Parts: sequence; C-alpha cells; structure tokens
Amino acid sequence: MSLTPEQVRRVAHLARIEVSDAEAETTLGHLNGIFTLIEAMQAVDTQGVEPMAHAQDLAQRLRDDRVTEENRRDAFQAVAPETEAGLYLVPKVIE
Amino acid sequence: MIKRSVAALSQALAVREISSVELTQLYLDRIKNLNPEINAYITVDAGKSLSQARSADDMRAAGNAKPLTGIPLAQKDIFCAQGWLTTCGSKILGNFVSPYDATVIDRFNAAGAVILGKTNMDEFAMGSSNETSYFGPVKNPWDMTRVPGGSSGGSAAAVAALLAPAATGTDTGGSIRQPAALCNLTGLKPTYGVVSRYGMIAYASSLDQGGPMARSAEDCAVLLNAMAGFDERDSTSLDRPQEDYARDLDKPLAGLRIGLPKEFFGSSERSGCSPDVMQLVEAAIAEYRKLGAETVEVSLPNMNLSVASYYVIAPAEASSNLSRFDGVRYGYRAAEYSDLDDMYAKSRTQGFGPEVKRRILIGTYVLSHGYYDAYYLQAQRIRRLIANDFVEAFKQCDVIMGPTSPSTAFKLGEKSSDPVQMYLSDIYTLAVNLAGLPGMSIPCGFAAGLPTGLQLIGNYFSEARLLNVAHRYQQATDWHAQLPSGIL
Repeated sequence: MSLTPEQVRRVAHLARIEVSDAEAETTLGHLNGIFTLIEAMQAVDTQGVEPMAHAQDLAQRLRDDRVTEENRRDAFQAVAPETEAGLYLVPKVIE
Repeated sequence: MIKRSVAALSQALAVREISSVELTQLYLDRIKNLNPEINAYITVDAGKSLSQARSADDMRAAGNAKPLTGIPLAQKDIFCAQGWLTTCGSKILGNFVSPYDATVIDRFNAAGAVILGKTNMDEFAMGSSNETSYFGPVKNPWDMTRVPGGSSGGSAAAVAALLAPAATGTDTGGSIRQPAALCNLTGLKPTYGVVSRYGMIAYASSLDQGGPMARSAEDCAVLLNAMAGFDERDSTSLDRPQEDYARDLDKPLAGLRIGLPKEFFGSSERSGCSPDVMQLVEAAIAEYRKLGAETVEVSLPNMNLSVASYYVIAPAEASSNLSRFDGVRYGYRAAEYSDLDDMYAKSRTQGFGPEVKRRILIGTYVLSHGYYDAYYLQAQRIRRLIANDFVEAFKQCDVIMGPTSPSTAFKLGEKSSDPVQMYLSDIYTLAVNLAGLPGMSIPCGFAAGLPTGLQLIGNYFSEARLLNVAHRYQQATDWHAQLPSGIL
C-alpha cells in the first residue's frame, strides 16, 4: 500500500504536526518507503497468536492509594513556559 | 590514569593515589580539549561535577565509600538529572532543566558517582548514527569522518575517546549495542524491567532499557550493579532480589553452548552483512571454541520480520509518549501562534526534528481508527513469534552469538537522507528488544582500522552469565583494550 497526500495531512493534523507544502513530497516518499518495509508483516499468518505487549507479560502492579510524593509545584512550574498563581497559562479557549 | 578501567580507578581512589576531585578535573580538562571536535557531550558543568567529587571524597574520608564512589561517569542526556539541562537531543527540551532525578541517576548519586556531563544522542533516541541530534552529530573517535552509531553515540564517543571511564546508554532497538560495536566498547542491554525507566525520557516504553557502556565487561558489571534494581516508580520494573552481576566473571567457559542462528550466518542473510565483519565474528567464535565452548546451529525463523514489527511498535508507542510535548508545562513553546491548537502544532512542528516527526506520523497512522488491527496488533503478534523463536533456541544453547551491526562505522551523511537504509543497520539488534532479552556487544577486531562488535544474546536474567562469557573472551584477547590514535 502507499499513503496519499490527503492521508498524510490527516495524520499530521491528528499528531498536531504541520507539514508544509514544500516538505509534503519528501515526507510522503519517506513514509511510503517505511510502509513498504512494514508491509512484510501482512504476509504472515498470525491466527491464534496472542499479541505481546511487553516481554514479561505481567499485569500492571497496583500500589496503595496513599500520598507518597511531596508537593513540589513551584519546582515543576519553574520550567513551564508561562504560569501565574500556580496555574499554567495557555491561549484563551472558552470565550 | 585515564587509561585505567573503572575497577582500577576505584582501587586508585581507595588507596588515595588520587582524589575524586583530581580525577574529575583530569576528565574535565580532556573534555575541554577534545569535545569541541567530537561533540560527545551536550552539557558539561565543571562546578557541579567538582562539587559532587568533593562530596565523594568526603564520603570516602568518612569511611562510607562504595565501588563507584568518586568515579566520574558520562550520563546519556535521556536521563533526567536534577539541576542539569536534560535535552534528550531535542530542541523541544532545549531549555529543560530537570527538577528531579531519574532512578538511575539517583542510584549513581547514592553510590557516590560523579556526573561528568550529559552526552549527545539521537533526538529522543530515534536514530542509529547520532545525526538526528538537535545539537549536531557526534564524531567517531576512530575516524572523525564517520558516525559513532546511535542513539547512544555521545556516550560511546565519550568513552572511546577517554572523555569518561564509562557511561550510561539506553537501548530500544540497539542503541547501546550498535554504538558500542562501532566505537570498540562493551555495552550491555539488560533484560526488560531490570533497570528502572523512571526519569528516563520515554521513546518506546515496552522496549526501552538503560544499561552500561564501558571498555570492558568487568566495568559493565560494576556499573550494572549500581543501575539495576526494583523501582516502585516504574510500573514495569521487576521485583527481584538484588544480584551481584560480577559474581561469575571468572567462571571457565568449558561446556558453554553457543547458538549460531542460521539466519545470521546463512548465505541469504549474510549478504546483508559485510564480509569483513562476518569474518571477524567467525574468528571470535573460533576463539570461544578454544576457550572450551561448543557451537550448535539454531534457528530464529521470524528474525526477518523484526524490522517491520519494530517500526510499527516503536513509532506507535513514541507517538503516544511524545504527545506530552505540547508547549504547556515544560519545554519549547513557539513564539507566535493564533490559538491553543495552533500553539500545540507550532511548538511541536518547530520543536521536533524530521526523524522524530516521521516516527510520530507513522505511529499516529498505525494507531488510527481502522488500521490498529492490521498494523499494531499484527506487529504485536509477530513480536510473540519472534520471542517464541528465542525460547526454542535457548533450549539448545546458553548464549546466542552473531554480528552486532552489519557494517563498521559508516560515513557522516552516508545514510541520513534514506530512513529505510538507516533502519536496516539495526537488523541484528531489534529482535532482542522485541523479545525483552539481555544483549551485549563486545569488540572482536578491526576491519580496515574500524572496530567491529560481536553480539551476545542471553536468556532472560542471564546478565551475569553474559558478562562472564564476555569477560573470559576479554581475558584471552585484547581487542577491547585498543584505543583510537590521536586522542592522547
């Protein structure tokens, strides 16, 4: 299979990545090259094979529902682009 | 002094032949002289390193020294270290001074080790040449016109050029083993779940694993002893008793069964591997026979599917992991934007490099509605087939051997315009991550003056055995002790 420019635009929008018209052709070429590589999978009969999410097949470990971390809001917000009174600032969303 | 192993430096510190402050300064001076050309480090902070070294010397004076106390180490810039710029090789984290320590850093700090600096890497560990770094490519100390491999290319170049006695790396598809092979180092990717991923910036969470890179198996064992261990902050960390990974280093190899996958050595796959690399790998296996090992042919029939499976699973997980970079809570925010959505898009578009964007796009596509079953689930089923192949193979052997990389270090720029060619440089390493097994690369000789790596793959939790197999070879050969010219 190969991707269409329309599909690339849609996926790029979903991923919040802009692909300029100048980059579109190279991007499409690269992605189609990679998908050709990936297509090798489709010929394999995997009926009845359980998907493997990770190596040890462990269930997620649960922890007790108690506070274990101290509040370090100031330290974490010190690296934010814009904050005010302990809140992260972003462009206005609700009019 | 700088040619000494971690074990020997530890001894020198113990007998007060040198202090940690002096030793750290020695490396800082070398970094100052050589790093402008090699570009192995993104961040060096002499003040911070020396202050850690002073604490280490105090720790020793107080009688509390451990094996790594006072040893300066290079940390891959994927590990968050409090107060240190932690970029992951990306513009989007170009201003991120971490407010916390990764568990690996925490453990090294507790052991009294010194952070020499943060090493260059492919952006978000996505690459096999270190050329995708926002902070520029790293040069291979063996030939400055060639790549050091990737993604832990800065760590590899730093250790190879004696800009650090050892370093950390991370390995999602070969990112410890391949640069180790290309820079004449010993590198170990542990069993998935042995080293905590907390504070190790995520690329593909089900594959990522941190590990040591050093000039010998013995040094890797010393580092792994500090790095490995259960961590409740990592939900996939394995709760197992603490091990001494150096315990079996000297065990004789008589009776060791080495599995040689016919897919690595057979004629069809062989065409993918350069003949001079294959020749050195076969010579290394002959050396193992001399050491008392026997060889048996094994088969990994689904090996050829590992590239396809990996390039679905890893980008899928990456697209999810990297959705957190949105210009809101940390990292780069675009200077101009119209609304919130535009701020996300502009920050990400300007903050990520082309390879990262490609993988995010692939991952977003394979996870999108209508394609999930055909790609992601199919890739996970094939992953099971690949893992099952290893289970079968390990019924017949103790360790699997083959090449680490199909070629020696390639030229800077040689593969950077063709992602598929770049991806194929990891054909021998990807399956190990998919299966979650431990793997190593050890130096096994030189082809046209460039280092070559022998890959060792072990069964789950066989790190101590792998280190033993590597160490005995390094007692019998001196490939690993060779240093590039022009760095002293």
